[in-house]
Amino acid sequence: MRWKVTFINFIKESIRVILKGNKWYYTWISSLLVLIVWGGLGYFEQLKNGLIVTNMSDSISWGFYIGNFTFLVGVAAAAILLVIPAYIYHWKPIKEITIFGELLAVSAVIMALGFVIADMGGPDRLWHMIPVVGLLNFPDSLLAWDSIVLSLYFLLNFVVVTYLLYMHFIKKEYNKKIFDKLILFSIPMAISIHTVTAFLFNGIAARSYWNSALLAPKFIASAFCSGPAVLLILFQILKKTTKFDIKKEAIWKIAELMAYSMFLYLFLFFSEIFKEVYSGTHHLVHLKYLFLGVKGHTDLVIYAWASIIFSIVAFLLFLIPKTRMNVVTLNIGAVLIYIGVYIEKGIALIIPGFSPDSLGQLHIYKPSMIEIRTSVMIFSLGFLLFTFMSKIAVEIIFEDLNINKLRSKSHS
Amino acid sequence: MVTTQKNIFIFFMVLISALLLIPDTIYGDNGKKEALIQAPPPPFSEDIFPCTECHSEMEPNPERRVLEDMHDDIILKHDEKNRWCLDCHDLKNRDKLHLANGKLIDFTESYKLCGQCHGPKLREWKNGVHGKRTGYWNGKKKYLLCAHCHNPHSPKFKKMKPDPAPDDPMKGRK
Amino acid sequence: MNMSNNKIKEKKESRRTFLKKTALASTFATLAACGSDTSWDEFFQKNFKTLENDDKNKIIERLEKKYTEKYGKKFTVSGKDPIDDTLFGYGLDISRCIGCRKCVYACVEENNQSRDPQIHWITVLEMAKDKGVDLFHSNSDYDRELVPDDDHFYFPVACQQCENPPCTKVCPVEATWKEKDGIVVVDYNWCIGCRLCMAACPYGARHFNWSEPDIPKDEVNPETHYYGNRPRYKGVVEKCTFCVQRVREGLYPSCVEICPVGARKFGNLLDPDSEIRYILKHKRVLVLKEELNTQPKFYYFY
Repeated sequence: MRWKVTFINFIKESIRVILKGNKWYYTWISSLLVLIVWGGLGYFEQLKNGLIVTNMSDSISWGFYIGNFTFLVGVAAAAILLVIPAYIYHWKPIKEITIFGELLAVSAVIMALGFVIADMGGPDRLWHMIPVVGLLNFPDSLLAWDSIVLSLYFLLNFVVVTYLLYMHFIKKEYNKKIFDKLILFSIPMAISIHTVTAFLFNGIAARSYWNSALLAPKFIASAFCSGPAVLLILFQILKKTTKFDIKKEAIWKIAELMAYSMFLYLFLFFSEIFKEVYSGTHHLVHLKYLFLGVKGHTDLVIYAWASIIFSIVAFLLFLIPKTRMNVVTLNIGAVLIYIGVYIEKGIALIIPGFSPDSLGQLHIYKPSMIEIRTSVMIFSLGFLLFTFMSKIAVEIIFEDLNINKLRSKSHS
Repeated sequence: MVTTQKNIFIFFMVLISALLLIPDTIYGDNGKKEALIQAPPPPFSEDIFPCTECHSEMEPNPERRVLEDMHDDIILKHDEKNRWCLDCHDLKNRDKLHLANGKLIDFTESYKLCGQCHGPKLREWKNGVHGKRTGYWNGKKKYLLCAHCHNPHSPKFKKMKPDPAPDDPMKGRK
Repeated sequence: MNMSNNKIKEKKESRRTFLKKTALASTFATLAACGSDTSWDEFFQKNFKTLENDDKNKIIERLEKKYTEKYGKKFTVSGKDPIDDTLFGYGLDISRCIGCRKCVYACVEENNQSRDPQIHWITVLEMAKDKGVDLFHSNSDYDRELVPDDDHFYFPVACQQCENPPCTKVCPVEATWKEKDGIVVVDYNWCIGCRLCMAACPYGARHFNWSEPDIPKDEVNPETHYYGNRPRYKGVVEKCTFCVQRVREGLYPSCVEICPVGARKFGNLLDPDSEIRYILKHKRVLVLKEELNTQPKFYYFY
């Protein structure tokens, strides 16, 4: 059938696009490939010898992998949340914003799933989670929920973005009725993936540091101020290098909305601090370990303070119109909040939850070399994927790569 | 006798012998009988029992004193201000212990003697809550005499060296 | 047009076969890297509790053969079900425990725990008398010349076999559950090693095989139960099972038998004449972290 041929052409052209580029492009891709191989060899060590090559232990049974997973789920969720203001404020390049948001979401979900697989004791047994063939503990297990919503979210975004790009490619209008609804549906899906991930943590009564009702709202708030930071920087780059026509006002609006989200995040954070410090129960020891150190162990202190100071500075930079509208301070703010939330959802979330452990014993954790290598591999794979998909999207949307050009080529 | 009568007679003789041969029984607090097997015999020092081997020849001396000729290795640290050897060991028959009312008991029943002062402990020991028991939670159990864990002359439990602490979980990691 | 269509079809075919071959090859490569001695049957084995007796027996036969070959001793793997009308309870006399750790090592031997890396199912906490039962101020790696120390008391902790376990509800594949006799068990062939149960356990009772477990051949205990002390694998979770291989035969757990001061008591909570029921009736009983409503069946008393 005709559409099969055009779809195959779409794939072929996409492959052609990602194989062609300037010297910066090749440098970038080759560096990523090198990192993937280097990281991959490290991961192979882990597959061979088991998770003992990490620095996790019975007391601190999750670490760098799950920290990265949590952060990336936030990025995946937030990438889509940008769609809400795009619709409300009727931003001109709303389709383009949606597409890039979805590409980021797809890459982030793939990376998140990559980290889950890397963290498994038996990755060859993951088929046990498939219903019917295996045994999925739904609805009791939050991990079961997470696997379902993340898979659905990935499918939804991948299908939508492929469809939109393909329609663009064959120069046809997309089926607004179905796909507008799907795009809108991706918003509650985005909220759901991060809420389910938050519930995974805060449902565990054994870990008082996580067992807070505020964890899910805090996750959403911090996700919304970190995810769009990537898109903010990306849109500025695209505006300079392609025909992507996003108004300065739209960028400032994104930043302004991020500021409100940062305020919510900081307020929730402060609320948690107040509750623990004022009630002064034994549960305070986890926060103490994080911010002040306990029994002489201060390894997390610098990261905790860096995170909160960066977040406050970023909040101020985004709040004050003068600094928000200044391109230098805007981008500094974006980077600062990204780092701040990366620490908050990573090391500052996982480690204090596990240390002091269930029996009150204090343990230290620092990612091992293999953990870093595996993480580099997964991040590089995600960056690679995002680069490829963005390049295809840019070619199709801004350089007007389409089926007619091919047909005219073959006829000439 | 007719065969059936003979059989009934034999049956009852066997039954009575069996009942007589049932090992030591202990009554639980609620009067229920539990068949138990006594574990090791009383922890005598080597060659010290039977006591009558020496003491049947000797003139019993009931005077309270510090022993010098024999048994001077025994350090009494068990309410020694108020009591001494013959408050538990029988004066006339050294193979037996005696209760407060003068009744003589075997060394295999020494718990009855301990229980005179340590009543609650005896009750708990009978119920299996004090002291070690091995065997079957739903069947026969082996118990130990008080003297197996507590030296009656110096009953306080001795301290011991603990087994090694757990390894550092990061042992061998980079 | 037809020619180009055929060419496209050919390309599609070759692409498809290529992709198939690559997928198969990479699956096998990964499998090879993960568990080189995994047979096809073992890989596709389903969750043990969902299987019929025939399949269970086949699996047990296979495991017995495998363990016997590996360790050079005749292995038995029991699939014994819970005894009717039984709910196991455990008592620990904290006025008696002297912190000698004999229970820890008896358990290691009986239950085939890995020596290197070291796994202990029992953790003995040394607590200060002036602080009481305070986990944060307790110490699990005390190393004294003599115990008990005069200013401390001792508090051994292992799986509390909760009636309302927080670990079983979080397992994404139902690899861990509570049996009818109250023991919380793990199907070592079904566990995927996500360690969510370890995060959820408030008592630090669950342990993970961070690498291939190492049991010296001359110390291995060949009388095992499928859910209990059979040798485990790299990447699965394990924990105390009240010596399921012993208690379902009527024996006491090893830790109960080895304790030199008789601080450990075990029995059937449904039997009113059991030692454990006597303890619950006549002693001052407490459970750890009672406010979490886990309803442990491990009762500390004094």
